[in-house]
Amino acid sequence: MGKFLEVKDLHVQYKTDESVVYALNGLTLDVEKGETVGLVGETGAGKTTLALSILKLLPEDVGKITKGSIYYNGTDVIAAGKNEMRRLRGEEISMIFQDPMTSLNPVLTVGEQIREVLVLHFPDMTKQEREKRVDEILTLVGIPPERKSQYPHQFSGGMKQRVVIAIALVAQPKLLLADEPTTALDVTIQAQILQLMKDLKQKLNTSMIFITHDLGVVMEFCDSVAVVYGGEVIERGTIEEIYVREKNHPYTEGLFNCIPDLGVDTHRLHPIEGEVLDPTLKPAGCKFADRCRYCRDNCKKSNPDMYHIGGTHFIKCYRYTDGEVQTNE
Amino acid sequence: MNDILLETVNLKKHFPTNAGVVHAVDDVTLQIRRGETLGVVGESGCGKSTLGRTIIRLYEPTEGDVKFEGKSIPGLKGKEFKKLQPNMQMIFQDPYSSLNPRMSVSNIIAEPIKVCNPSMNKAQRMEKVERTMELCGIPPRLFNVYPHEMDGGRRQRVGLARALALDPKFIVCDEPVSALDVSIQAQILNLLMDLQERQQLSYMFITHDLCVVRHISHNIMVMYMGQVVEYASREELFAHQIHPYTRALLSAIPTTDLNRRNQEKLLLKGEVANPINPAPGCRFAPRCPYASEKCREPQRLTEAAPGHFVACHACVT
Repeated sequence: MGKFLEVKDLHVQYKTDESVVYALNGLTLDVEKGETVGLVGETGAGKTTLALSILKLLPEDVGKITKGSIYYNGTDVIAAGKNEMRRLRGEEISMIFQDPMTSLNPVLTVGEQIREVLVLHFPDMTKQEREKRVDEILTLVGIPPERKSQYPHQFSGGMKQRVVIAIALVAQPKLLLADEPTTALDVTIQAQILQLMKDLKQKLNTSMIFITHDLGVVMEFCDSVAVVYGGEVIERGTIEEIYVREKNHPYTEGLFNCIPDLGVDTHRLHPIEGEVLDPTLKPAGCKFADRCRYCRDNCKKSNPDMYHIGGTHFIKCYRYTDGEVQTNE
Repeated sequence: MNDILLETVNLKKHFPTNAGVVHAVDDVTLQIRRGETLGVVGESGCGKSTLGRTIIRLYEPTEGDVKFEGKSIPGLKGKEFKKLQPNMQMIFQDPYSSLNPRMSVSNIIAEPIKVCNPSMNKAQRMEKVERTMELCGIPPRLFNVYPHEMDGGRRQRVGLARALALDPKFIVCDEPVSALDVSIQAQILNLLMDLQERQQLSYMFITHDLCVVRHISHNIMVMYMGQVVEYASREELFAHQIHPYTRALLSAIPTTDLNRRNQEKLLLKGEVANPINPAPGCRFAPRCPYASEKCREPQRLTEAAPGHFVACHACVT
């Protein structure tokens, strides 16, 4: 017995004809009931792969979990069979995909697409009950129920995203995986959608993994943060612990430094040197070592462990394990 | 130093469609000085890209004028226009679709030189390409590489190098960093600013990201449905925004500042209205919390403070 969602030492590989891509390399993440975790990282860090692994939706034959475990509410997801997974998906865990423009079926009306979830998961429901639920959920996400007989192309981007959220929420899942749900939207619409998701989260007490690369959105929306780099969580803590910016992983520090912020005037930004690690390589040491300005000998030799900074704050970096930082600052 | 490089006068671009006329750009008057950046901000569909394209005459304007160094562009014909064209270039939003996948990096960058400067021989051209690549921080080993072999940041550098190959004075940057990761975004922004300092370039920087605009611009123009709603210098605009739309836009940006967490937001209701045959009044009125009867009349851009223009009757009086 333990956490609501427990991902432990997860390794995922994608095999192609030419090479093996190491997408996740020992990712560990716990999510409590009702908690919203912001999963931050750049393209290729393995954020989406984690979500797909939890739902067991990795592309067949190509993507494979090679090591580690995923426990959802005591259920071993990796060992679960097809029927069990079908029940979990949608009813217990559901996902909001990144692109609202392409994640809806263009030839089904919006109402039909929401109804589909109910038909699958609650076969005993009468037709009237079902219609009532569809109307309810549409009202909840701010779409007039009369629009359920319309097709996705008749909705704008923000409205489509609301439909996607409605589909994800109609079965009242206990865990929601939101994969960049607002990245494709304008800021004013993004603010509306985030407010909506915040309200819904409180009403339904849903746990959430919120995947994004936008540190600003994470701060406004999440309870805690997990920074992902090279398929590993390299920093974990509450919003306060991380955004105070006193002690951070060098990568997180770099991320903060390269966003122009409204509050501070900077003439030049400080980008992180170099490029994201080639995922077909598997270095022995810290994955960030090549780009890190604090890099030392042992960084390239072996991978540091998660080091407990205090509270719920963990950082995976040698600077903290051997006390270098305290002497510096 | 303070001379005006480019200006538009009451520029309009309308697109006729089956459903009616789309007023993509309506009555935009702006000025860009040499070595300065004008940031154009607005949501999708507000006409900011159309404005950029109309200025460099990828679209013919419906009405109004664009002047480059005092010369009216829309009237120019054939050779005259071709002579002017190298001065104005564009960088596109998507580094994945704006480069020809069947051309190598060197050929992509050499292409505009071939078109606009055919008298140059191959050796000269390749030398120019190499210099431009260096300027944009593209390592020489990528000379014969194809776009699909590079990541987004590199590709955007190639797009920039292609624009710079003709030594332009003015570049329209249409969301050049919004498709990139933050760490790469910072690299490209720094590069753009360095180039501006070195070569006295003028930019029109189109984006929806207010943080980026604040970082790079000297002046900022906020657009809503084809019209300018607010125009001011960067310091002025971020110190006090006047138009309700600008205020809502600024308040909607998520920040990384702990002190501003859980601050009350000015949430806008609804979405951008249909730009087909819009009513004559303020186009923001249906979403505006302060809308009144007077908003149905056409709004004019008025100077509310020195150098600060707003198109809202309620804000000026």
